[in-house]
Amino acid sequence: MSELNQKAVAKYQNNFLKEVEERVEDGEWVSMCMQCGVCAGSCPLGPHWEHSPQKIFRMIMAGKRDEVLTSDSVWMCTSCYSCIVRCPRKLPITHIMHGIAHYAHRLGVAPKGQPTRELASVFWKNLVKTGRVNELKFSLAVYFKDGFSQGIKNLLGMQGIALGLVKAKRLNPMEIIGGHKCKDVGGIQKMLAKAKEIEDRRQGYTS
Amino acid sequence: MAKKNYAFYPGCSSQKGASASNFVPSIGVMCDKLDIQLNEIPDWNCCSASIGYGEGGQLSRLVLNARNLALVEQNMPGQDLVSGCPACWLATRETAEKLSEVDSLMADTNEALKEAGLNFKGTVKARHLVEVLIEDVGFDAMKAPVVKPLEGMKIAGYVGCQTNRPFGIAGESFENPQYLDKMIETVGAEAATGYEQKITCCGGALAFSEPEKSQKQIRDIVESAYDHGADMIVTPCQLCQANVEIYQSEINKKKGTKLAMPVVYYSQLMTVAYGGNAKQAGLDGNILRPQKLLDIATK
Repeated sequence: MSELNQKAVAKYQNNFLKEVEERVEDGEWVSMCMQCGVCAGSCPLGPHWEHSPQKIFRMIMAGKRDEVLTSDSVWMCTSCYSCIVRCPRKLPITHIMHGIAHYAHRLGVAPKGQPTRELASVFWKNLVKTGRVNELKFSLAVYFKDGFSQGIKNLLGMQGIALGLVKAKRLNPMEIIGGHKCKDVGGIQKMLAKAKEIEDRRQGYTS
Repeated sequence: MAKKNYAFYPGCSSQKGASASNFVPSIGVMCDKLDIQLNEIPDWNCCSASIGYGEGGQLSRLVLNARNLALVEQNMPGQDLVSGCPACWLATRETAEKLSEVDSLMADTNEALKEAGLNFKGTVKARHLVEVLIEDVGFDAMKAPVVKPLEGMKIAGYVGCQTNRPFGIAGESFENPQYLDKMIETVGAEAATGYEQKITCCGGALAFSEPEKSQKQIRDIVESAYDHGADMIVTPCQLCQANVEIYQSEINKKKGTKLAMPVVYYSQLMTVAYGGNAKQAGLDGNILRPQKLLDIATK
């Protein structure tokens, strides 16, 4: 168990709802859920996940900490915002799902190898490097995340699509050596480091 | 008529050589004819998109977007920030609204922004290019420059998610928005009005991480367009365009289907209808050739 997670368990004891309310983005909305299930029926990936937002909210209220934080389901959000616009009580469900996923990731307890979790990390590292997303390096990092030979297999599987994009000038092989970037990359990186420092302090991760 | 000025936020996917690189050329003729002047925000950065939340905390994501807003406030006073990309628009607008609602987040954001030599007061509005067309230009003015009506074309208006939710276009329904169909009709084409997949999610960023699940969504979106007799799909979203267009060949390979439905931007329709050529409309960037539109463009 990570140190951050141990500290969180010690701090909140068995009150997981309070932990979510204080530490998860928009978590203070969770107890407003009236269990109607409209979010569950609205989710495009609904058939593929074990815990709908409705279930996740109930599990939080019931103190099912491990089950919620290790759930694969909170990583299946496509950010379509259907749940948000349909929720009769206007809970910002998309944001809460993102918030739970981020919190679980931050504590180091999110499911290992979850493909969207890995994608999200690769994406963030990519954008922080230059201030803008380098689509070529991003795609390559995703394909090669499970090692070199799997990466080559993934690439060969996608070569038709990739060649089509290159031909249409929508994928530039030269992006591998440089590519688009912000002029003030230094300032952006310092700004993000400061934001993380403030957020860690506010969340009580650091004193 | 004097041109209306806007601070333009192209977004990463619209850069040269990126997946939506034909979008920016395709809005040139359209904006010119409609007296819209887009001024690129100097040194804009990524909005963190809809997948940034995994690694990036709330404040980090707010700060990224606040930097763009601050750049507009400082360098382009009085101009609205306008993006053609729904994800950029959504993230920027969420940030502007959140910061105006929560004083502590505004204070924290500015503490971080100081590291990049910036400050945000909260005076900039974030808008989508489609909002500018509908609210500032209007359908009548959008129709005026049409010299080549897109007659004989039936088009499925695929609005997708983030242009439509959670903000959407003022006065439109989340469940059955009408504006895209109206834009199709404005340029002289026929809208596939019963197209029930118009707001279905294409999988978004999960097209990468959950290909099977996303391709099921894409197949529904494309097959319904065929069922409605559409010649092509039109969308306002860069990621929808890419996902729905490029994965059709994958679906064909796996499922034995023969999908080849072109997917274009509304701006490509308008450019051709306004007399622009195929290159100006960015049609060279389409992988599935929109033949009927090309025919009109080269006529």
